Amino acid sequence: MSSQVFSHKTFNQSLKKYYSFYTGGFIAFVLALAVAEQIGMSRQWIGYWFLFATIGLYAGIGIMARTAEVAEYYVAGRRVPAFFNGMATGADWMSAASFIGMAGTLFLGGFDGLAWVMGWTGGYCLVALFLAPYLRKFGQFTIPDFLAERYGGNIVRTIGIISAITCSFVYVVAQIYGVGLITSRFTGLEFGVGVFVGLSGILVCSMLGGMKAVTWTQVAQYIILIIAYMTPVVWLGIKHTGIPVPQLAYGYTLQKVGDLEKKITADPKEQEVRKIFADRAAAGRAALAAPDKAYAEGKAMVEKNLADAKAANAPADKIAATEKAVAAYPKDVNAAKPMWTRETGLAARAAPPRPHAQAFAGKDEAAQNTARLNFIGIVFCMMFGTAALPHILMRYYTTPSVQQARVSVFWSLFFIFLLYFTAPCLAVLAKYDMYSNLVGSSFASLPAWAAAWAKVDPGLLNITDINKDGIVQWAEVVIGGDLIVLATPEIAGLPYVVSGLVAAGGLAAALSTADGLLLTIANALSHDLYYKMIDPHATTTKRVTISKVLLVVVAIIAAYVTSLKPGDILFLVGAAFSLAASAFFPPLVLGVFWKRANKWGAIVGMAVGLGVCAYYMYSRYPFFGVNMPLWFGLSPVSAGMFGLPAGLITIFVVSLLTSPPSREVQELVEHVRYPHLRGDTMVSEAR
Amino acid sequence: MQLTEKHQEYWRKNLVYTAILLLVWFIVTFVEAWYARELNSITFFGFPFGFYMSAQGSLAIYVAIIGIYAILMRKLDLEYNVDEGDLE
Repeated sequence: MSSQVFSHKTFNQSLKKYYSFYTGGFIAFVLALAVAEQIGMSRQWIGYWFLFATIGLYAGIGIMARTAEVAEYYVAGRRVPAFFNGMATGADWMSAASFIGMAGTLFLGGFDGLAWVMGWTGGYCLVALFLAPYLRKFGQFTIPDFLAERYGGNIVRTIGIISAITCSFVYVVAQIYGVGLITSRFTGLEFGVGVFVGLSGILVCSMLGGMKAVTWTQVAQYIILIIAYMTPVVWLGIKHTGIPVPQLAYGYTLQKVGDLEKKITADPKEQEVRKIFADRAAAGRAALAAPDKAYAEGKAMVEKNLADAKAANAPADKIAATEKAVAAYPKDVNAAKPMWTRETGLAARAAPPRPHAQAFAGKDEAAQNTARLNFIGIVFCMMFGTAALPHILMRYYTTPSVQQARVSVFWSLFFIFLLYFTAPCLAVLAKYDMYSNLVGSSFASLPAWAAAWAKVDPGLLNITDINKDGIVQWAEVVIGGDLIVLATPEIAGLPYVVSGLVAAGGLAAALSTADGLLLTIANALSHDLYYKMIDPHATTTKRVTISKVLLVVVAIIAAYVTSLKPGDILFLVGAAFSLAASAFFPPLVLGVFWKRANKWGAIVGMAVGLGVCAYYMYSRYPFFGVNMPLWFGLSPVSAGMFGLPAGLITIFVVSLLTSPPSREVQELVEHVRYPHLRGDTMVSEAR
Repeated sequence: MQLTEKHQEYWRKNLVYTAILLLVWFIVTFVEAWYARELNSITFFGFPFGFYMSAQGSLAIYVAIIGIYAILMRKLDLEYNVDEGDLE
C-alpha cells in the first residue's frame, strides 16, 4: 500500500511540474509571436503558427502517450489525479459552441440566454451527487457496461450503445464543423481543407493512445483555451470597469447599458430608422396580400426612376445604378415573392432594443410565462443531459479512487465555471462598448474593428446607413453571435496576435470535445458491441487495434456528414442533450438508488423515454414538416422535459409489475454504494 | 456480503446529505428562475439580483455544493470505516 501512495504522489507532482513548464512555454510562445508581429510578421503567418504549433503539440502528446494496454487505452490506467481530470473534463465539455457561441447568444438574448449558462453548469451537481462516485466504484470501461451489468442482458446493452452513439455522433458533427470554420477563418484555407487539417489533429491525439492520450492532450487544451478566453476579456474589463476582474464589477456596466438602451429607445434618429423598417415590413405584407398590383407598381417605379435620371441628365454612375435596379427587378410575380417575404422579416428590426437584464421577453403576461417555461425547459434538459452524456461520465472512470472521483467533479465544474461566469460579463462589456463607441460614430470614420469586420464578413457584422444621415444608429447594425468572441481582441484594441490566440483557443475547445466524443463512439462499438457481444474471447491487442481502426472510420464518416453542412447545428446539440437525458438518466440513477429497478423496467423505460422525446421533436420541429401544436408552448429542443419523466415513471411501474432483480444484482448495487467494503469479495473493476 | 446496521446507517446519512444538497440545487436553479422577474427588482452590487444569480451566483453555489459533498463524504467514509485508505 505504502509504495502505491508514494507513486500516486510523485506522479501528481511531476504532472504539476510538466504542466507548469508547458504553460510557461506557451505564454513565451505567444509573447514571441507578439514581438514578431511588431517586427512585421504578417497576419496570415501568425494564423499558421498558431494552427500548426498547437496541433503539432497535441500530436506530440498523443504520440508520447501511445499505448496498447486495454486499461490504459480505455480509462488512462485509472490514475488521473482529480485536479487534472477536472481540467480534462473542462476541455472535454466546453465545445466550440461554448467557446465561440456562448457570449454571442448572451449578447443577443440578454437574460434569456442565461438558461444555457445555468444548464451547462448545474448539471454537474447531478453528476456529483448521483453518478460519478458510483460509476467509479463500479469501475468498468463504458456507460453501456454499467447498464448491462446492472440490468443484465444484451438488450439493455444494445439500447445503451444506440443511445450513446446517437447523441455523441450528433454532437461530434457540430465540433468538426467548428474546427473547419476556425481553421478556414484564421488561415484562409478552404472549409474542406480546414476540416481535414483539424481532423488529422484529432486523430493523431486520440488514435494512438486512446483515453490516455486524450486525457493529457485535453489538459493541455484546457490551459490554452482558458488563457485565450480570459486575455481579451480582462483587457476589455480594465478599459471599462477599471479592474482586472471585470466579472465582479460589471454590474455597474450593466446599469450603464440599461441607461444607453433607454437613450436608444427614445432617440428620434433611432426611431426614424425603426419606422423605415416598420414601413418596409408593412409594404412587404401588403405586397404579399396583393402580389400582381404590387409587382406592376414596383416595376413602374424602378422604370420611372431610370427615366427621371436620364431626363434630369444625372451623373453617369447614378444612371448606371438605376439601370441596374431595373435589370435586377424580379422577372415575374413569383420571383418577387421571396423578396417581399424578406421585407416582412424586417419587422424584427423595427423594435427598440430589449433591456439586457430583463427576464423573459413577451408582449403580455401569458407570452412572458411561456418564455419562462422555455427558459426552465432548457435549463432542465441541459442539466439532465449533462448528467447523462457518455463522454463526460466516462471521464470519472479514470480517477484512482472514489473519493478522487468526487473531488474531480468539483475541479471539473470549477474549471468550467471560470469560462461560464466570464461569458455573460463579456457580453455586457461588448454591448457597452458598441452602444457607446459604435452607435453615434459617423460612417466615414467607423471604429477600426467595425470597419474591418463589416468588410470581411457581412454575415457577422452588417452596418448600412438606412436613413442616410451618415451616423450609425443601433437599428442599422446587424450582429451575428459569433462576432463577439472573435472580434473582442480588436474591440479591446489588442494586437492581432491575441486574435490568433483566441482562434487557437476555439480550436482547442472544438478538438478536445471531438476527441472525447469520437473515443466514446469507437469504444461503444469496439468494447460493447464487438468484445462484449460478438467476440468475448478476443485478445487485448485485437480489441485495442479494432478500437483504433473504428476511431478512424467514425472520424471519416463524421467529417463526411459535416461536409454536407447539415442544418441547424444548435438545434442538433440541444437535441443530443434531450435524448441523452431521456434515455440514460433514469436507468443510471435508479440503477444505483433503487435496488428494485430491474431489467424489464430499464428496457421499457429507456425505450419510452427515448420514444417520447424523439416523438415530440419529430412532430414539432419545423424541419420534419409535421408541425403539430406545442404542449404548453414548450419548444421541441426541450423535449427531454417530457421524455425524462416518462422514462422514470415507466421504470418504476414496469419494475414493480415484474419480479425483483437477482440477489447478485442487488449485491452489485450494495457494492457500488460503498467506496470500500472491508470483507467484500466482489470485484467489479476491470483492469 | 451481508451489510451491517452501521453500513445501512452510512447509506441513510449519504441519502440525507444528497437530499439536502439537491434541495439547495433545486432552489437556486428552478425557484430562482421562476421568480427571476421579481428578483430583478432587487439590486445587488449594481446587478439586478435575478440576473446576478443566473449569471454567477447560482453557478458559484453549484461549485460549492459539489465541494461540500466531497468533504462531507470523505468524513463519512472515515467515520464508518468504508474509506479506501490513503490513496492520494
